[in-house]
Amino acid sequence: MNNNNNKARLLQGNEACVQGALYAGAEFFAGYPITPSTEVAEGMSRELPKVGGKFIQMEDEIASMAAIIGASNAGCKSMTATSGPGFSLMQENIGYAYITETPCVIINVQRGGPSTGLPTKIAQSDIMQARWGTHGDYTAVVLAPSTVKECFEEVVRAFNLAERFRTPVVVLTDEVLGHMREMMEIPEPGEINVIRRHKPDVPHDWYKHFEITPSFVSSMASFGEGYRYNVTGLIHDQEGFPTANPVEIKEKLDKLRLKIDRFADEIYKIRTDMMDDAHIAILSFGTVSRSARQAIKMARDKRIKIGAIQLLTLWPFPDAKLREMLSGVRKVIVAELNMGQLVNEVKRIAPRHTEVHELQRYDGEVMAPQQILDKIREVK
Amino acid sequence: MDKIAHGSDVTHHYLRPKKKFPNVWCAGCGNGIVMGALIRSIDRLNLDKDKVVVVSGIGCSSRMPVYLDFNTLHTTHGRALAFATGVKVAKPDLKVIVITGDGDALAIGGNHFIHACRRNIDITTILINNKIYGMTGGQFAPTTPGGSFATTAPYGNYEKQFDAVKLAIGSGASYVSRGTVYHVQQLEKLIEGGLNKRGFSLVDVYSNCHTYYGRFNKEGDAVKMLEWFKKHAMPIEAARKLPPEKMVDKFVTGLIHETDATEFCQEYDMLLDRLGVKKEVAK
Amino acid sequence: MTDQDPKPGVSEDKPEKAEVKKEPKAKYQYDGKTPPLHIFLHWCKACNICIAFCPHKVLEPDRDGKPILAHPEKCTQCAMCWLHCPDFAITSTYK
Repeated sequence: MNNNNNKARLLQGNEACVQGALYAGAEFFAGYPITPSTEVAEGMSRELPKVGGKFIQMEDEIASMAAIIGASNAGCKSMTATSGPGFSLMQENIGYAYITETPCVIINVQRGGPSTGLPTKIAQSDIMQARWGTHGDYTAVVLAPSTVKECFEEVVRAFNLAERFRTPVVVLTDEVLGHMREMMEIPEPGEINVIRRHKPDVPHDWYKHFEITPSFVSSMASFGEGYRYNVTGLIHDQEGFPTANPVEIKEKLDKLRLKIDRFADEIYKIRTDMMDDAHIAILSFGTVSRSARQAIKMARDKRIKIGAIQLLTLWPFPDAKLREMLSGVRKVIVAELNMGQLVNEVKRIAPRHTEVHELQRYDGEVMAPQQILDKIREVK
Repeated sequence: MDKIAHGSDVTHHYLRPKKKFPNVWCAGCGNGIVMGALIRSIDRLNLDKDKVVVVSGIGCSSRMPVYLDFNTLHTTHGRALAFATGVKVAKPDLKVIVITGDGDALAIGGNHFIHACRRNIDITTILINNKIYGMTGGQFAPTTPGGSFATTAPYGNYEKQFDAVKLAIGSGASYVSRGTVYHVQQLEKLIEGGLNKRGFSLVDVYSNCHTYYGRFNKEGDAVKMLEWFKKHAMPIEAARKLPPEKMVDKFVTGLIHETDATEFCQEYDMLLDRLGVKKEVAK
Repeated sequence: MTDQDPKPGVSEDKPEKAEVKKEPKAKYQYDGKTPPLHIFLHWCKACNICIAFCPHKVLEPDRDGKPILAHPEKCTQCAMCWLHCPDFAITSTYK
């Protein structure tokens, strides 16, 4: 691995994503340049060949998503990176990855939207798209780091979740996080556990590529290993053949949901700061959480009992866990860089006695700690 | 000729026993004929079933892989070549074959088509060209002849057409050919040549959609349409010697273009050599 | 590869000539017992291609349009029928 004697390095957020992917054992990257994610593709083009991995710059984002799915079915851990317009283009094939249960990682370095939007400015407005971007019913796994070190860790976690649950995993960063530089130490190999998809342990003729198991996750053979299976985007039975049978259709769609929902506790990740005696909470994710952590320090100096909650796993949304956390507070401020996407989820699950307040910014600028402090003073 | 006669009963060996037959296509559809030709070519080359990957998009022709006892990937409309590129680059020792149609490859998939040709990546593409969008009920395609009728060309098609062969040659493919579902022996040779060729190989197969194209344009049933191919095909060797007037109502068949050029995975291996990196061990 | 291409003027439904040129071994002769072709009626869709393209009228349609081996003695194993069957419903084991 590209690990200089474990010394701390000054890394860009996008570069940390590259290092995280390499640490997790990424073997294939296909991408298309788009600001502010281009550095991920550039980093992978330099580093992957050095470790015998495969890099290809495809003709567009649609082809990039297609290529990483093809490579994953051929046995490689694969990843792509993009931003808003590219993420929109990828949606059809992301849906294909969901229904074919193909492990892969998609990094979306969010920028202002919609459309061409603000290529060089920050936003957090792809939360709902990351959950529901493609048509149909499916359950998404979406992670959101807030520091350069978390970029590294969350990409490693994304690969692990993708391989474990046989699902695409989206990592949402943003333009500021992608381009900022912070010191971080790359862990030694083995410090963070890295897993690979479960391989079949049955004879070739018995193998079912979409077998419904107790965990609802099927083992996954690769092309060329002797299991000559069929993969299709049509709704299919456990062997991968298209079906129109209502029982099999429901079984397949339930499988996609249950494999994530039943183990959601192992996917949730929430960081709390100073929540033990808090009466007010700031709920946020990504870059805003950095400002929130600063703001609560400033508020505590003014003797306001306040804490911060950061969601590192955005989807599945931690309904029960969050409700429990909020039951001890009287007010929660949901701070996000969009026109109100996360706040509706919070309103949905908040305990009756907890007031939910919105703090939104969507002019392409970061949310300053002072802004959060002003809101705290306003609602307390 | 020996091997062809032997291949007849061998085709069943390459069909998925768990899949329901008869197949989903209309009675007399050329897709089935192409499937037979493909299987016999693979058999003749003694390819390892485990190493063959058949990738398709969406359309009638793209329903083919599910019937074949290989590694099969039925993908989204127009994107088969992009998926196939990912498979091939990830595991270059796999034999990757793409089955696509004229709409799938030349309309929605046009961009991926020209870039796969440009990269000269070692994929054999069988483009089943029936000059119509069959699966969705008979709309016109980029290959539908001028003046023909289709459900979205009720007054006759006034658009111009792609020639898949010329497109592939212009984009850099190193093996470009055309066959028909009537000239099956020629088709098998072309497919064999494409599979053997290291580089992007295209076999543009003229096929019959008597259900829509034939019916809308009064070209008759399957038998009549096959006879039309027989009458209007001109092998390239003969076509080169004929003056243009004699070629007016004919189309060229055979191996139309072949060059030697480095292939994508080859170039990548050379890069790894330059960097002094060991080639990755197949997992 | 080139000598197998249909030459201008020689259509593919006259394979007898082609066979004599290439095959040194004996031509196929119906022995009165083993059928020259197998027909899988369950897979046949009665598209009529094999019946129409047989140069010796070996096959005739039954009342569903599917082929019957009406004149097995006329079969020369030209392969037109099973090369063009889209459903693998007619095959031959002649080697």
